Amino acid sequence: MDLKGKKVIALGERDGIQGESIGKVAISAGAEVVLEVTHCFV
Amino acid sequence: MSTGRVKISGARNFLAHTPGFVRYGSKPTREIEANPAAEAEILAGLRSYEQAAAYLPNIAYLGGVSPDDMWDSEQPWFNENGVHARRHPYGEMMPEDEFIGVMKASDDFDLLWLEEEFNDEVRQKLADHPYWSEDDLGNLDKGVPLDQIKDQVGPSSGNLPLYRQDGQLIGVVNRAHDLDASLFADVLLENLATKAAAVMAVKTLLGDLDVEPGSIPYIINCGEEAVGDRYQRGGGNLAKAVGELCGCVAATGSDVKAFCCGPNHAIAIGASLVYSGLFERVLVVGGCSLAKLGMKYQGHLNNEMPIIEDVLAGSAILLEKQDGSGAVIRLDSIGVHPVGAGSAQAKIMEELVSKPLAKLGLRFQDVDKYATELHNPEVTEPSGSGNVPQLNYNLIAALAVRSGQIERSEMPAFARQHGMPGFAPTQGHIASAIPFLPHAIEEVSKGNMNRVMFLAKGSLFLGRMTQLSDGLSFIVEADG
Repeated sequence: MDLKGKKVIALGERDGIQGESIGKVAISAGAEVVLEVTHCFV
Repeated sequence: MSTGRVKISGARNFLAHTPGFVRYGSKPTREIEANPAAEAEILAGLRSYEQAAAYLPNIAYLGGVSPDDMWDSEQPWFNENGVHARRHPYGEMMPEDEFIGVMKASDDFDLLWLEEEFNDEVRQKLADHPYWSEDDLGNLDKGVPLDQIKDQVGPSSGNLPLYRQDGQLIGVVNRAHDLDASLFADVLLENLATKAAAVMAVKTLLGDLDVEPGSIPYIINCGEEAVGDRYQRGGGNLAKAVGELCGCVAATGSDVKAFCCGPNHAIAIGASLVYSGLFERVLVVGGCSLAKLGMKYQGHLNNEMPIIEDVLAGSAILLEKQDGSGAVIRLDSIGVHPVGAGSAQAKIMEELVSKPLAKLGLRFQDVDKYATELHNPEVTEPSGSGNVPQLNYNLIAALAVRSGQIERSEMPAFARQHGMPGFAPTQGHIASAIPFLPHAIEEVSKGNMNRVMFLAKGSLFLGRMTQLSDGLSFIVEADG
């Protein structure tokens, strides 16, 4: 998937991948992160 | 850092099957408000006491089986309707009516009114309970006429009606203030339930260990619930309230809050208080999280399962001076997640697992079992939240690979040998590491295990005051 120029919402999970990590990956792929949040689902 | 040891003399768990309270969990409350038809769906999805008591993860939580015994038990576990027992080696599964009775016994402000007949029924049952006596049951001397309860539960009353699972109205939780949201009925219900679960865990622990309650000088409550009023929301010291009802007349106490890793912080602090000589023994206790009842009920119903988030839980742990026997916590093993470490999972695990092991000169394999977030996957997977313990074990195994101590191909075997299936109810702090404590004390004391690491994480970011996570770990070993 080409993320260049796309807007990304990064929804992370505490025991999996955090929003911050997802956001960094998306930015490195050329995306703009418009929302980054980590949740705890337990 | 201290190289001291402090004895973990005992730990007990407690469960109450509370199907009637599921509608008052945070998620069900919101869904029923948005769509009143959701209430009937929830009621139709509830389990019986017998089903909940026969449920394998609940039995493991109470010590009827070892978590390792669950590996070979075919899922789904909720289909099993085998033998159900109320009491197991590490605690009991209390029926809802008796638990409401314990809440009434915990109610110093007449917030909870119980219908006369129901009141008399549960009073008799509690009088017959091994850890309750007539002297403790003054709050249940007399119930309230049903008509009076009906008058209290009108739509604009601000009070919460209590029902049996079959829909019979048996009581009401009254708000304590008409304007103070910290004293509204939903908050008081949550706090009374937390106090009651904590009281049951303490009574079970002290009763089973034959410890005189008056010999406890300090109690730390590690639950996440906020007890207070509008000027000091979360002011706390539920510890002392619990101690009062348990006969700990010589004790004072305080609350330690750190989201789900509160219990691990409380144990580390309590052990330090004992090791320093300030207190001879410290009791750590955590009550239930009523808000989490039915949190994932939609996932359960969508997968044609019963709603299995229908239990409230509690834990109590006794710390004492080392005496050369049993299990001890190593104060030199405590791992912390410092502010500067960042919140990436791998980083948190490095701080909580890799660093303490390296400091002690231990290898990953030297720890027989890692007790981490022990949430029952059968609760979380149907709603897409994954198998939380397994995610954590995979990460620990990956760190062992990265440190060169195991091969990548050995990761699954490592995770199974040094991990365990999740068996704890999704009750917040209750599910983080400590459900395995009574198991660990027994296995370590018998020489079946040398070493168990307890690591818990806290999601501080949920309170919107920091983006940080938290965590704390410690190792339990045999003494001597």
